[in-house]
Amino acid sequence: MEVKFNVRRYDPESTDAVSHFQEYQMDMDDSSTVLDGLIRIREEVDGTLSLRCSCRSAICGSCAVRVNGEAGLACNTKIIDVLSEDGNTITVEPAGNLPVIKDLVVDFQPFWEKIRAVEPWLQPEGEVPETEYLAPDEDMLHLAGVVSCILCGACVSDCTVMEVDSNFLGPAALAKSYRFVGDPRDGSAQQRFKTLNEYGGVWDCTRCMKCVEVCPKGVAPMDRIMVLREQVMEAGYTNTNGARHANEFINSVKHSGWLDEKKLVIKSFGIFNIKAMIGLIPLAIRSQRAGKVPPIFHKNIPGVENVRRIFEKVETKK
Amino acid sequence: MLDHDILIIGAGLAGMRAALSAKELGADVAVVSKVHPVRSHSNAAQGGINAALTDRGDDWRDHAYDTIKGSDFLGDQDAIALMCQEAGSEVIAMEHMGAIFNRDEDGRLGTRAFGGQREARTFFVADFTGQALLHVLYEQILKAGALVYEEWFVLSLIVRDGKCGGAVMMDIRSGRIEVVRAKAVILAAGGLGRVFEPSTNALICTGDGMSLGYRVGASLMDMEMVQYHPTTLKGSGVLISEAARGEGAYLLNSDNDRFMLKYAPEFKELASRDVVSRCEQTEINEGRGLDGCVLLDVRHLGEKYISERLSQIRELAMDFANVDMVKEPVPIMPGMHYQMGGVAANVDGETGVPGLYAAGEVACVSVHGGNRLGANSLLDTLVFGRRSGVHAAEMVKSTQHLSVDDSAADDDKNNIQKLLANDKNESFGQIRLDMGTAMKEHFGVFRDENGMREGIEKIESVKKRAEDVYVADKGSTFNTNLLFTLELGFMLECAESIAVSAATRTESRGAHTRTDLPDRDDANWLKHILVSQDEDGGQELSYKDVVITDWEPVVRQY
Repeated sequence: MEVKFNVRRYDPESTDAVSHFQEYQMDMDDSSTVLDGLIRIREEVDGTLSLRCSCRSAICGSCAVRVNGEAGLACNTKIIDVLSEDGNTITVEPAGNLPVIKDLVVDFQPFWEKIRAVEPWLQPEGEVPETEYLAPDEDMLHLAGVVSCILCGACVSDCTVMEVDSNFLGPAALAKSYRFVGDPRDGSAQQRFKTLNEYGGVWDCTRCMKCVEVCPKGVAPMDRIMVLREQVMEAGYTNTNGARHANEFINSVKHSGWLDEKKLVIKSFGIFNIKAMIGLIPLAIRSQRAGKVPPIFHKNIPGVENVRRIFEKVETKK
Repeated sequence: MLDHDILIIGAGLAGMRAALSAKELGADVAVVSKVHPVRSHSNAAQGGINAALTDRGDDWRDHAYDTIKGSDFLGDQDAIALMCQEAGSEVIAMEHMGAIFNRDEDGRLGTRAFGGQREARTFFVADFTGQALLHVLYEQILKAGALVYEEWFVLSLIVRDGKCGGAVMMDIRSGRIEVVRAKAVILAAGGLGRVFEPSTNALICTGDGMSLGYRVGASLMDMEMVQYHPTTLKGSGVLISEAARGEGAYLLNSDNDRFMLKYAPEFKELASRDVVSRCEQTEINEGRGLDGCVLLDVRHLGEKYISERLSQIRELAMDFANVDMVKEPVPIMPGMHYQMGGVAANVDGETGVPGLYAAGEVACVSVHGGNRLGANSLLDTLVFGRRSGVHAAEMVKSTQHLSVDDSAADDDKNNIQKLLANDKNESFGQIRLDMGTAMKEHFGVFRDENGMREGIEKIESVKKRAEDVYVADKGSTFNTNLLFTLELGFMLECAESIAVSAATRTESRGAHTRTDLPDRDDANWLKHILVSQDEDGGQELSYKDVVITDWEPVVRQY
C-alpha cells in the first residue's frame, strides 16, 4: 500500500530554522504501524529525520507524536486506521505543548518538572514493617490502572488547558498524584491535597476529555482529577473558587431545579472579591451584546420537588 | 571536565538500584543514560520477579536449584545461591519503596507460577512488572536527588595503566562531548538484542556496555548463550509474557495437540525457556506449525481473569496481531530475547578491569548460565545492581582519581569527525539488518558447525562494509543518525563475540543447541568461554571452570 507521510521537520541549525512539512512516499504493509513507517524513512530514505522511539510495544513511552493532529504513540497506531479518506496521506507532527528540539523530538524538561512537583514517591507513615505492607488486592488492582501510565506525554500534548496556561500541573502529573493519594500505604494525602488545591492544581482542568481520548494506556487522567477534586473537598478544602463553584452548582440545581449562572459566578469568586468582580465586567458586557445574560430573577422550574427528591436519594445512597 | 566518585552507565533497574545504594552510603553518584530513565528497557519485563520467601514456606535452596537446573548447570552455584538468598529482601525493599504488586486474600504479596520452577514464587504487578518497578526506582531517584545525565551517549571508557577512571560522553541534544572523571564506573547498560533481527528487545538494546567494556580489556563471558523466548508474536515479534503460560495457557500445534505434554510431561508448557523454544521449533520444522508459528491458547482462563492479570498482553495481541486472545488462540514463535552472557563480573560487580563494575544484563556473573529462568532477570538487576553500588561506594572512599584531563576525549572527537566525513555510501540501516538476519539464521535456536562458519564469514563481510558507513546527518542537535552508526560499531563487536564463542563450544547446553553435536559434554564443557581483545584488536579466548558447590550436574528433565 502506497502511503504518503507528511512529516513536520525542524532543524534549529538550518539557516532559516523554521518548521516545514516534508513528504515521503513509502510502500507499506497493511499491518504496519506509523512507527514502522518513520523508522523505514530514517533508515532507507532520509537519515536526517530525528524522532525518539525504543520498545515498539507501547511500554517505554518514547514515541508520542501527533498523527493527523491528535497525540498518540506512533508504535501502536496502525497506518490503516489513520489514513486520510481522500488519499493515502498521514500527517505526523511533534507532540504539542512542549518546545520542539528537532523534527519530532520535543523538550520533555517541562513535563518532568511537573511530575517532580507532585512529589511522586511513596511517603509512608510510622514504622516500616519487617515484611511487606498489608494492602487489599482490589486497592492495588485499582492503582494498577494509574501505575500503568508510561509517562509518554500524549495527554500533555493535547491538554487544552496547558495550551493556554503553562502553570497547570497537567493530566500526567495529576494522575501520578492520584496514584499516591489512593495508595493505602501513603500517609501524606493531607499534604498532597493542599498542593492539589492550589493554583495549577485539580481545579484548573476544564474537563474537555482530551486526555482521556488520547491516552494510549487507558489511564483516564481526567477521571482521576475529578476524584481528586472530591477528595480535596472532603479533606476540608472548600474555600477555593473551584470548590465553591462545585458546591454552588449543586445548591443551585437542588433548590431551583436549574443553574443560576449569575449566582454561580458570584459565589465561585466571592462577592467581596472586588478585583474578580471588576474583572468580570467585560465578560458581562460581551454576554449582554450576545444576548446571553441570564434572567434577573431566577425562578424555580416546575416540578422542582422531583429534582430535590433525586438529590435526597443520591445523598442518602452516598 | 566533569567529576564524580561513581559514574553509572545506564538507568534501568540495575543502574538506578546501584545509584540508590551508592548514594545511601554517601558517594557522589551520577547516572548517565542515552534515554530518559523511564524509557529504559527494564520496562519490557512483564511477568514478574522471583523470590523464595521463607514466611511462605519457600526455600532459597529450591529457587537456587531451579535456577541451576535452568542454566543447564553452566551457572556458577555460589553466585546463584547468593542471588536467591538476597531475593526476598530485594522484593520487600521494592514493595517498601512503593511497588504495588498483586496481593493474596490476606493482603500479602501474591505469586504466580513461572517456567522451570517447582514453586509459584514469582511476584508481579499484573503483566507490567518491569515498568512498575522501573518507575518506582525513578521515583526514588527523584526523592534522593540523584544526578542523572539524561540523553547522554557514552562513547568510550577511560583507562590508565589498566585501571578505569571515567568515561567520555556526548550530550545528544547539543552534540557537546565531555570527559567525566570517576573513581569507579558501573556498567548497567543492558543487553544487545538488536544484534539479532528480529528481537523482542527495544531499539536501544545495542550492546553498548558490553562493547565499551570489551574495548578496555574486560572479558565477555557465556556470549554463545542467547535466549530465544518461546512466545513472541507472529510478524512483529512483540513479546507475549511467560505469565500467560504461568497463568495456565496451552501451546497447540496445527493438529490442535498440546505438544508440550509429549516433550515435558511434568512441567508441560512451563518447562524452561530453552526447552520450550526448541520444542516449538521442532514442531514447526516437522510440519506441525502454522505459517512458521504455533498457537498460544488462553481462552479457557475466561475474560475476567485475562483482563485482570494479562491485560497488557491482551492489548498487545490486539494491537499488533489483530487477535483477541479471549476469543482466539494467538500465533506465536520463538524470538531472540535475552543475552545470558556479558561482561564477566563477580558477585560485587567487579570486572577484570579495576575500577570497572558491571551489573544487570550487560554483566555475566554467571547466574543464568546456559539459560535464564523467566523472572530471574529483574532479580539479577536488583541484587547485583545494589551490590555493585555498595562495593563501589566503599571502594571510592580509599581511592584517588586517576590523572585524566579533557584530552581523553580527543580520540572520540576525531573518530566522529572521520565518520561524518565518509563519502556517500550505504547507511547503518541495511548493514544492521544484514548482521541481524545473519545472526538469526546462523546463531538461532538450532545451530551447526557449517552454519556457524558461514555466519562468521557474513559478520566479517558486514563489518567491512561498516568501515565506510555513511552518516547523512551532519548536525550536532539530536543527531540520531550518528548515534545509530556508533551503536552499529558496538553491535558488530558483540556479534563477533557471540559467533566465536558459539563456534567454540562443541556440545549442546542450555540455549546453545547444535544439531551436529546434540549431547551435553560435562567431561569437557563444564566451563565458561571468555572472549577478550588481544593487542592487535583480535579475539582471545580463555576458559573458566563452572563453580559447583552443592548440586552435581545431572541430565535435565522437565
